[in-house]
Order: sequence, then structure tokens, then C-alpha cells
Amino acid sequence: MYRYDEFDHAVVAARVDEFSSQVARRLSGELTEEQFRPLRLMNGVYLQLHAYMLRVAIPYGQLSSRQLRMLAHIARTYDKGYGHFTTRQNIQYNWPQLCDIPAALADLASVEMHAIQTSGNCIRNTTSDPFAGVAADEVTDPRPWAEIIRQWSTIHPEFTYLPRKFKIAISAGEEDRAAVAFHDIGIRIVRNDAGEIGFKVLVGGGMGRTPRVGRVITEFLNPTELLGYLESILRVYNLHGRRDNKYKARIKILVDALGIDEFRRQVEVEWAHLRGSEVEVPASEIERIHSYFVPRELPARPEAPAEFLAARQQNAAFARWVDANIINHRVPGYAGVTITLKPAGGIPGDVTADEMDAIADLADRFGFSELRATKDQNLVLPSVAQEDLLPLWQELVSLSLAEGNHGLINDMITCPGLDYCALANARSIPLAQEISTRFADLERQANIGPLTLNISGCINACGHHHVANIGILGVDKHGDEAYQLVIGGDARDSAAVAQISGPGYSQEKIVDAVETTVNTYLAQRTGAEETFIETFRRIGLAPFKEALNAAR
Amino acid sequence: MPLVKKTAEGVELIPTAWTRLAEGDALPDSGAVLVPLSLWLEQRDTLRQRAEPVGVWLASNTDTAFAAWGEALAGDLLGLPVVAIDFPVFGDGRGYSIAALLRQRHGYRGELRAIGNVLVDQVSAMVRVGFDGFEVAEGTRLELLEQAWSRFPAVYQTATDGRETIWQRRAAFAAAKGTGA
Ligand code: SF4
Repeated sequence: MYRYDEFDHAVVAARVDEFSSQVARRLSGELTEEQFRPLRLMNGVYLQLHAYMLRVAIPYGQLSSRQLRMLAHIARTYDKGYGHFTTRQNIQYNWPQLCDIPAALADLASVEMHAIQTSGNCIRNTTSDPFAGVAADEVTDPRPWAEIIRQWSTIHPEFTYLPRKFKIAISAGEEDRAAVAFHDIGIRIVRNDAGEIGFKVLVGGGMGRTPRVGRVITEFLNPTELLGYLESILRVYNLHGRRDNKYKARIKILVDALGIDEFRRQVEVEWAHLRGSEVEVPASEIERIHSYFVPRELPARPEAPAEFLAARQQNAAFARWVDANIINHRVPGYAGVTITLKPAGGIPGDVTADEMDAIADLADRFGFSELRATKDQNLVLPSVAQEDLLPLWQELVSLSLAEGNHGLINDMITCPGLDYCALANARSIPLAQEISTRFADLERQANIGPLTLNISGCINACGHHHVANIGILGVDKHGDEAYQLVIGGDARDSAAVAQISGPGYSQEKIVDAVETTVNTYLAQRTGAEETFIETFRRIGLAPFKEALNAAR
Repeated sequence: MPLVKKTAEGVELIPTAWTRLAEGDALPDSGAVLVPLSLWLEQRDTLRQRAEPVGVWLASNTDTAFAAWGEALAGDLLGLPVVAIDFPVFGDGRGYSIAALLRQRHGYRGELRAIGNVLVDQVSAMVRVGFDGFEVAEGTRLELLEQAWSRFPAVYQTATDGRETIWQRRAAFAAAKGTGA
């Protein structure tokens, strides 16, 4: 993984210094809250319903065991002993004191971590495939490019006061595991007919109140011209994006207004000046950054070892975990493992400091000290020998983290909702807990098969409800918390925005409605191989609507 | 509001009292004036006759017009002692791109002044995109300005200020190592 050099350290240290002095000026009253607000936001400090929140970046999801232990330390020292992994490869702490935050940031800097630009109207943490570098299906490792984007976007002088936040995602797997189509800029690394690697770039995707699938602005961009192209897009957006209405300020609205062809034309006018200019990353730097991501020489381990196969036959819980939580590794004899942070009845994405330490130990023992945070609010051990899967699972069982539910209904994405968030209409977390209790039976979950269920407490869609197979949106119904059910969203390459199923539900009724939706699918599917989204695409919304209305 | 200029030595207070005219304001008989672009376009021959300095200020939404007048007025523009860009609110970041375009694409070399709602905490980025004059709030501590623009010992991006970037420094280091120097 990437390691900071003296320059990277110097930038982060200077930023900690700068923010410490800003906090001091705020505490002394020299800065008003209004003046302080954008400064704290671009340093990851948010003001929530009850307290400040600190959001720490995990750039493109990459984490070492040492860094995870530091995250545990932060939780213990400055917070209430836990943290919350988010959908953007960040971790949030919900209860820090403002005066402690500079110290927390200095601690983070000591392990090459920061909270720079995790909030505010600037370029946010760049996200990527949690299995980058190990997945068997990838064109190339996207992480060096994600790191280049991280450096380029860090404290960018021209693009720090954009009309609105700006999110970039990059992935290179045959399967898109980073939902790039739902980002302001989405980059898919592809190979052309000549065998060369390039970037297919999408622009103007996003969720929020106007969900949009990103539109293709270029099919194939030469990697060495990436930054000139990004600067051109950002400059057009910075100059022309709407600033009069924050709900219309994202780049997707500008792309809607101009149309993708006119938007592309304007970008290309800029690009004529910037292309190949000194804004590009030098070739030697591309090479230097790539050198940090050279695939690790993994010791040879047996493929499909006998004990593993036997345990899989004999132990149903282990087998379910293997079926759901393991992906193929580029090296035979190894696997990529997802540790889902979704125990039945638990809070999706929440981890205690002790659990973080324990997971860090497991990463040291079984996974070369490497971890990833995922957009599904889970953790990943990217490289585990198949031989070690059983002992790893046994350790996870003792930590109550061995739920074999990755990609199943209980692997929910949930925003913080009304328990923390000042913008929420409704609670998300208790609802997630209720649903995961209802569907706690793992055999039932496995029988339902691949299904995404996401919950957002309001239309800002932090819980990605628009792209869920079953999405739940908190709405305000005459001052009461209520929920709208949407069906048929998809965050993958076959991207789709979910459709509204009908009138909203009360808190008491929404879980039943989810169950009705699931049962409708089960009754309609052609067989166990037809997934929820496939059935939905075949039969459409109507049968679901009908069943839901009949059950009202 | 105090006007300051970034110099090689640090920071300098600008003693000249500049009058900033709003759209439609009448031109005063004397004194340094910052006029809106529309007034400059209308009366630039008269304005050029004035004994005291004249600058133009640009609104943050100049963007679309900018393309149109940028080429036509390039000559004019290059001769102005001051071009100012207005920040109606500090969060309106269009001025950063306008500044970068003025300096990089049009080669403007005079003073580029940030006016309006300018916070001390923004000047480090403003300096990078090409500003060297700032209208700051009454009571601003000047040492904070100096701290702000020397805050970052290293930067990643190429910008108007021409600072050697981290990437260039690394590349130079790699090249030196490569040749055995
Ligand atoms: S979706 Fe709404 S309620 Fe949930 S975290 Fe985002 S802003 Fe808050």
C-alpha cells in the first residue's frame, strides 16, 4: 500500500497545524460560527443533532492493521468507544469535543491518516473497489490512480469552494464494486481493442433528491491525460454550476441543463488548453506511485485444501459464510474475505474499539496486516489463505462477527438518520435493527439470495436507497416519521434508480411491507437462480405494487 | 476596509483609498476608482484620461461574459494596474477559476485583488491561483495573513503561483538519482 514520504507528511502536518489554529480562533471567538463552518467542514468536522462529528478518510478504502488500531484508539480516547463505517470509505465518530479534535487529527497523522475534505463543498475522499489489487476480474489495479487523484485533489487551490460537494470513484473490475455511475465523476478502467488501458469517464451521476446515473463523457481517456481532463471538468463546473439553490448545485444538474453533448463541448474547450500541460502528473511519479502497489508475493498455499472442503461439508454455518463472504482471489489458494458489520439486530457499520483491535489482530495473523473498508459499511481482509479460512471464521464467531450475510438482505446500508443527523425526517438505525431481527434466520436470508436493502433518513440519500433493490426513505408525514418504499434500484454496471412502490408507511407497517415485497419475489421467481433484481426486471413493479396494496 | 498586498518580503498595507463603484454609480471627479466591467466597456476612453489609477472589478458571475470579452479586451486588460474579483460571499468559489484564467490564459500581470467577503483562511489558496491583493475585514491581524500564505511547505498541484510542486520535486529527485548525480 502507499506510504507517505516527507512531502505527504508535511502537507498533512501543515493542515493539522492550520486547523488547530482555526479551532483556537473559534474557541476564542475570533472566528464566528459562520466563518468557521466551511473550515471545519473541509477538515471533516460536522455539527450534528447532539454534538460534533468527526469524519476520517480511509482513502480508497485502504487500511493497515496499525491504522485500524489507531482508529480504535481515537474511539476510546476522544469518543464513546465506537466508530461508524460509512458508505464512502470513511469512519465517523459521533461524540468528540471540538477542543480535542486537533489532538485526534495529530494522532491520525502519525499513521498517515487525515480528515481532509471529508465534508464541505470540495473534492471528497476518492473511493474505489474494496477488492482492488486482489480481485481475479480486474483490468489493472485502480489504487495507484486513486492515490494520484487523492494527492491532486488534496487542498486544490482552485476547487475548494465548489458549488457543492464533489465525489469521485474509480474501479477496474469486470464487476463494478464501487458504484462509479452514482458519483459526480465515475471512472471505469477499461482495456481497448489494442490492449491498452484507459479510462471510461462518467459525469453527473449521484443520489440525493435528483438521482442520476452518470453520463458517459468519454469512452477512452489516455491515463497520462487524466488530470488535465479532471481539471477541465472541475473548472467548467466551478464556473457554471448553480450556486443559488443548494439542491440544484451538484454537477448532475448542470449536465442535465446543458445536456451531455454541450457539457462535453465546454469541457473540451478547456481541455484544449490543459491537455498534456504541466497539470498532468509526471511519468516518473506515475511509476513511483505504482511501485507501492506491486502485487505482494504471496507464499504458495494449497488450493481447495482438504480440511477446508471437509469443514464446508460438515459445518452449515461455515459453509454459508464461505458462500456469501468470500470472493475469488487472483492467486490460487487465497480468498478475499468480507467481515460484515451487520449482526442481526445490530447497528450497520458500527464497530467498538475492542472489535477494531481484535479485527486488526486477525489481519496481522491471517491477512498480511491489510484491510479495506467498503461502501457497504463492511471490512475486508483482501488476502487470506484458503487454509486459514476455518480458523479465521472460528475467531470471528467468538467475536460475533461471523455472520454469513454479505450481499444478502441483512447486509443493509443505513445512514445515521434521526438518531444523529439534524436533517433527518425519520430514524434509520432502529428500523435497520428491526428488519435484521425479522430476517435473522441465515437460512432464510440465503434462500432469498442476493438482495440489497438500503435505508436513508431523508432525501439526501446518504443511505443510497435509490440504488437498492429494496430502498427505504424516511419522510415527514404531518410531523410524524414515515417511510417510503422504493423497489428495483441497482448500483452496479446495470445501474438503475429504484421506483416508488406507492403511498408511504408508518413505522409499524414498513417492516411488513418489506416482507411482502420479499415474499412477492419468492412467489414470482422462476427458480432459486433468478435473483430479486432479475425477477423485478422481468415482471416489473406492478405485481409488487399489487401485493403491497392488498396487504395494506 | 484595509487593502493589503503580498510582496516578496511579506505583507504591505496599501495606503491608496480606492473607491469601488457599483453598477450605475456616477464616476467621482477624482481619486482611484475600481469600476464595474460594464462601465469600463462604455467609457474606457474617458477612463483612460484620468490622472489617478483606474481598475476594473469583475463580478463572480462574469464567467460567461468572460469568454466573450476576454479575447477582445486582452490588450486593455493587460494594461490595467488592478483587476479585482468580487467575492459576494466567501463560499462563492468562481473567483478562483476566473483568477486562474486571467493569469494563465490571458497573461495578466498587474495586481489581482480579491474584494468583497475575503477571509484570512482563504488567502493561501487565493495566492496560489494568482491573487496578490486583498481587501480584508477591519481588524484583521496581518501576521495571520503571512502565516496563511506560508502555511503549506509543499503543494501537489501546479497553479498560477508557479511553485515547484511535490511531484516536480520528486521527479527531479528521481532524475538526479537515475543519472547517478
Ligand atoms: S440521508 Fe438524510 S438523514 Fe440520513 S444521514 Fe443523510 S442527511 Fe442525514
